[in-house]
Amino acid sequence: MPKTRNRHKRLDGFQRLFLLLVVCLITLLGCILSTIPNSAPGLADAVARLQERSGVKSPVTAVLLNFRAYDTMLEVVVLLLAVIGSWSLTKSPLPEQDTDISPVQMGVVRLLAPVMCLVAAYLVWQGSHLAGGAFQGGAILGAAGVLILVSDFPWIRTIPALPLRIGLVLGPLFFVGIALCCLFFTGKLLGYPEGTAGWLILLIEAACALSIGITLASLFAGGRPDNTMKKIQPPAKHPPGKSL
Amino acid sequence: MITTLLYSMTGLILFGMGLFTLIVHSHPLRKILAVNVMSTGVFLILIATAYTPLGQGEVDPVPHAMVLTGIVVSVSVTALALILACRVQETSNLDLLKKKTVPETAKESTT
Amino acid sequence: MIYPILTLFDILLALTLLWLGWHLLSTEDIFKAVVLFISFGLLMALTWVRMRAPDVALAEAALGAGLTGPLFLSALRRMNRVLKGERRLDSDENRGEDHAKNPKPT
Repeated sequence: MPKTRNRHKRLDGFQRLFLLLVVCLITLLGCILSTIPNSAPGLADAVARLQERSGVKSPVTAVLLNFRAYDTMLEVVVLLLAVIGSWSLTKSPLPEQDTDISPVQMGVVRLLAPVMCLVAAYLVWQGSHLAGGAFQGGAILGAAGVLILVSDFPWIRTIPALPLRIGLVLGPLFFVGIALCCLFFTGKLLGYPEGTAGWLILLIEAACALSIGITLASLFAGGRPDNTMKKIQPPAKHPPGKSL
Repeated sequence: MITTLLYSMTGLILFGMGLFTLIVHSHPLRKILAVNVMSTGVFLILIATAYTPLGQGEVDPVPHAMVLTGIVVSVSVTALALILACRVQETSNLDLLKKKTVPETAKESTT
Repeated sequence: MIYPILTLFDILLALTLLWLGWHLLSTEDIFKAVVLFISFGLLMALTWVRMRAPDVALAEAALGAGLTGPLFLSALRRMNRVLKGERRLDSDENRGEDHAKNPKPT
């Protein structure tokens, strides 16, 4: 702390005033926090009572995809909106091949990516009874995508845009479609019919995990896929040493 | 009880530090980092209020679900903000670059 | 108070979080700040486990530490590349439109 403070420019008047305001705000909020009664009942009992009918054994998954599924549906749409926003801003700046990727990294990613996909599938399946679920599985898938993007495999540039787009909307589409089917059959939006809740939740989770993974990877890619580049790049992309 | 209070206060101070940095510093990446620290503080307060010690009943799962969706949304918002920041810098610098390159191209075209 | 060592762990964890948070927000070097942010995310995952929220811990470890860090690092590299003045071939303004724009001033 002292080192950084010495190098820091001195705070001017406005910043000091703001520091004072922030300290006042934090003190007030701290007073409020310390007076919150700790014995508030919360919703744990209500969730535990309805756990049997939710179709899954994990309380967090039950809340996410059954009791408050409406929130999760909109949240998946928010993710989709983020990708649309980033795609409309810029094209993906795939790195030029200025530095060679080391073969060790290529080999490790080649081994690691399928294992990560397996772990993601396991997490989605595990979400019904233990910690895990669509978001964790999707995050692992997205991390695998980031690794592949960083290692700059030649085939990344030739990924066609249409399957990518379908993968992006698959999760929200499944979610909204099942919600509308439930509305049609049971009269309630996302009111799963008796006995089918477990399977429907697993289906939604699998589709959402796939979508979330692709979403996070394409957010990392930082823009829409570049199809004009595809036509120029492939001939230059296959020097004999690189194809390993 | 004391654990809840300790972690809530930690979250609160993190929130305050993030707020201060958000206003005072001007670098866009630092601002985005500050927003992330702020959101982490809020998550910490939420989770801390749901905490019950081992052996005293179940933990409230509703705040957990809320924080879970919150984390995913904050990551996507961060990604979008970073792309926006890069874009701002690219376009603002591109103008400078163009000013520099215009005389050269004009020279080339005249010769 | 049943587990005094657990209380000690709590205090230590909270202090480390605050120290890391302060450092990552106040260092001059943005790269250092990003690296500190990644370690901050990992410690947050530990905190979620302590708060008996394993779901959140899994998501935080994968997203907060594993994805946000690379996002920041790639953005940093992109910004530095712009600052160095390298022209990016793949940005919209540079492709093709240069040929259309350059003849105008002549």
